[in-house]
Amino acid sequence: MSFVKMTTSGLALAAFAATAAAARDQVQVAGSSTVLPYASIVAEAFGENFDFPTPVVESGGSSAGLKRFCEGVGENTIDVANASRQIREKEIQACADNGVTDIMEVRIGYDGIVFASDINGETFEFTPVHWYKALSDKVVVDGAVVDNPYTTWNEIDAALPAQPIQAFVPGTKHGTREVFEEKVILAGCEETGDFEAFKAAMGDDKKAAEKQCIGLRTDGKSVDIDGDYTETLARISSNKDGIGVFGLAFYENNTDKLQVATMSGVTPSTETISTGEYPVSRPLFFYVKKAHIGVIPGLKEYAEFFVADEVAGPDGPLAEYGLVADPELSETQSAVSNEETMGSNS
Amino acid sequence: MTDLTQNPASTPGQVPPRHGSLLTQGARTKRRNAAEKRFQLYGMIAIGIGLLMLVILVTTIVSRGLGAYQQTFVTLNVELLESKLDKNGNRDLDEIKKVSTFGYAPLVKTALADAVAGYGIDTSVPAKDMDDLLSKGAVAQLRDYVIENPDQIGQTVSFEFLASSRVDGYLKGRVSRESIANDKSISAEQLDLVDDLIEQGAIRKQFNLSFITGADASDQRPEAAGMGVSMVGSLFMMLVVLVLSLPIGVAASIYLEEFARKSWLTDVIEVNISNLAAVPSIVFGILGLAVFINYMHLPMSAPLVGGLVLTLMTLPTIIISTRASLKAVPPSIRDAALGVGASKMQAVFHHVLPLAAPGILTGTIIGLAQALGETAPLLLIGMVGFIASNAPDSIASGLLAPNSAMPAQIYEWAKRADPAFYERAWGGIIILLVFLVTMNTVAVILRRRFERRW
Repeated sequence: MSFVKMTTSGLALAAFAATAAAARDQVQVAGSSTVLPYASIVAEAFGENFDFPTPVVESGGSSAGLKRFCEGVGENTIDVANASRQIREKEIQACADNGVTDIMEVRIGYDGIVFASDINGETFEFTPVHWYKALSDKVVVDGAVVDNPYTTWNEIDAALPAQPIQAFVPGTKHGTREVFEEKVILAGCEETGDFEAFKAAMGDDKKAAEKQCIGLRTDGKSVDIDGDYTETLARISSNKDGIGVFGLAFYENNTDKLQVATMSGVTPSTETISTGEYPVSRPLFFYVKKAHIGVIPGLKEYAEFFVADEVAGPDGPLAEYGLVADPELSETQSAVSNEETMGSNS
Repeated sequence: MTDLTQNPASTPGQVPPRHGSLLTQGARTKRRNAAEKRFQLYGMIAIGIGLLMLVILVTTIVSRGLGAYQQTFVTLNVELLESKLDKNGNRDLDEIKKVSTFGYAPLVKTALADAVAGYGIDTSVPAKDMDDLLSKGAVAQLRDYVIENPDQIGQTVSFEFLASSRVDGYLKGRVSRESIANDKSISAEQLDLVDDLIEQGAIRKQFNLSFITGADASDQRPEAAGMGVSMVGSLFMMLVVLVLSLPIGVAASIYLEEFARKSWLTDVIEVNISNLAAVPSIVFGILGLAVFINYMHLPMSAPLVGGLVLTLMTLPTIIISTRASLKAVPPSIRDAALGVGASKMQAVFHHVLPLAAPGILTGTIIGLAQALGETAPLLLIGMVGFIASNAPDSIASGLLAPNSAMPAQIYEWAKRADPAFYERAWGGIIILLVFLVTMNTVAVILRRRFERRW
């Protein structure tokens, strides 16, 4: 009966599977969905120009990527973690606990965080204070700490349109969230002087005051988006009052659906970000497990290719897609070719 | 019950007195008939809504997805300059390979500028911006050609390059001069140039086979992305699922149904199999990550692991349908076989199993179709992401080399920034649906043809 044959072939396959823990020959990357497009552009060009197989790039967010990165050393762990923020002390510790000690940090360039709304809606000109007042859980009104009372933008600033507050911000697993909290919400908190008020109310505890500042309201005016920017875009197209937080590159690919708001009077673009005029930008990184160099073929070549002038330079494909090139790229290049790890050079 | 309590005076066996003629309907009869009519109407409305949804679904998918099967191509004559590609002129392949795709960009730019000048088109687009019309993949296509045909260096060769996604969108009506007002990738002047080139026949839209056969492409070149490699990935996963789950599932159900004595243990197993069929698929993904990748050290992103995970998911479906079809074979068949001296095993394998085969096959095909459309478990074993490997060259590499699967590829495209990927996601759904409908049709045909009723 063919049944017997099938069983034997099935068992053969299972046996083959068990012995198939063979060497992996492609670079495995995971992490930030902001870095994903850049990493995939590099991976594709890498596969075209080298004899190594095209690296596999997964997304999932900076935190998720770094968590997988820190799971240990070996072929069943990823080689590179993409991140839209710097690695945290806690994560370095978690890495070290699992034996991942030599980590190479590679900064690939800068990316702007933009605030965009529906193309046919009102035009916004924001400052960090507006966002702090709109989204913070508690604000100071007339010297007293109260639950956030604002429901429309013009209550915060008469110059803003009378539109209900509805913000779609990246969820906490995204590196973008941290930058948003630090450069927008916290900046606004400090600018209004609420930070000092919180600090005074909490017995001079700076950390607690910071935490108070960046605590976002939970009454539905601020919605965490755990998915990608396409989800934020979908939310805005179904709720025209919504304002979303996007990466510059995403906005530039969807200029027919979104209009971008200015921040402190500056329109975001690769130019204004590279000069530092546009305030909300952050560096993008990837982290390489040094222990995998020489084990996984092509890993070092991939890292070097990523930061090569013709790729990450101001005229390269990454800049064309929306990355703001790093002015100190040559230092990064030499750090990568010398395999400098974190802590060894600083 | 209300009929009985209607007339408390009536005694059993006695027909209650009729109040009207048989030919005229009483109020109660009318009410009952009306209730039946209403129920039929509800049923028809329900079916109508279902059909309407199906029509909306299919028309949306087809209207949005068909665009992906057409692609805009630009025909160009490119001079393969020896001074750029092979400086020493010795046609050494290793030296030719040293010229990266970036080295080929000037050739493409020059070719396009020459073509525009050759057609006598007057444009305000500077020559250095003309290559925005072409796919970023054009240089790779050129480089691959040169490496394969080094003897062509120095010649002028005619190429068909993909147009960039914005130009393609312009020809498909997705991009217009209004929608690109703030767009940095293309300008209205460039669209004017596209119009002129269409007139000259250098740009045209045609059937795009590479969408069906090609691999995924990066965010910068949606025009080059294809489903082919992920189809192969799905195929290998289904192969693993079939080879593992069919024998295991059938053996388990034959034993449970025909040989095992009824005891509390078999009852527990039975209940658990039914429960397993209802476990959310993401759970199998976590299990797969923990067991197959972290413990057994199988490679990440490999269709083999995907197939193993989906096997776990498909097994309960196959066991349940196999047991049902074994049960449907009348006991008289077994009794007759045993009566003429067959052993229990002979009775099962010579008589019961062949009669149950159509049902088993149907269940297997439906289980496979279910597994084919599954994304969630693949998310955790690294099969969802940018995986642009080439088509595998052997069965081993098909199983072990990183690959994606059709639904994972569709999900991946749907979340990318460039709207051109959105169209491809819909196009991918068409392919996936064609597969699912085909598999289900095969299942129906098998059942119709071979099923025996008693």
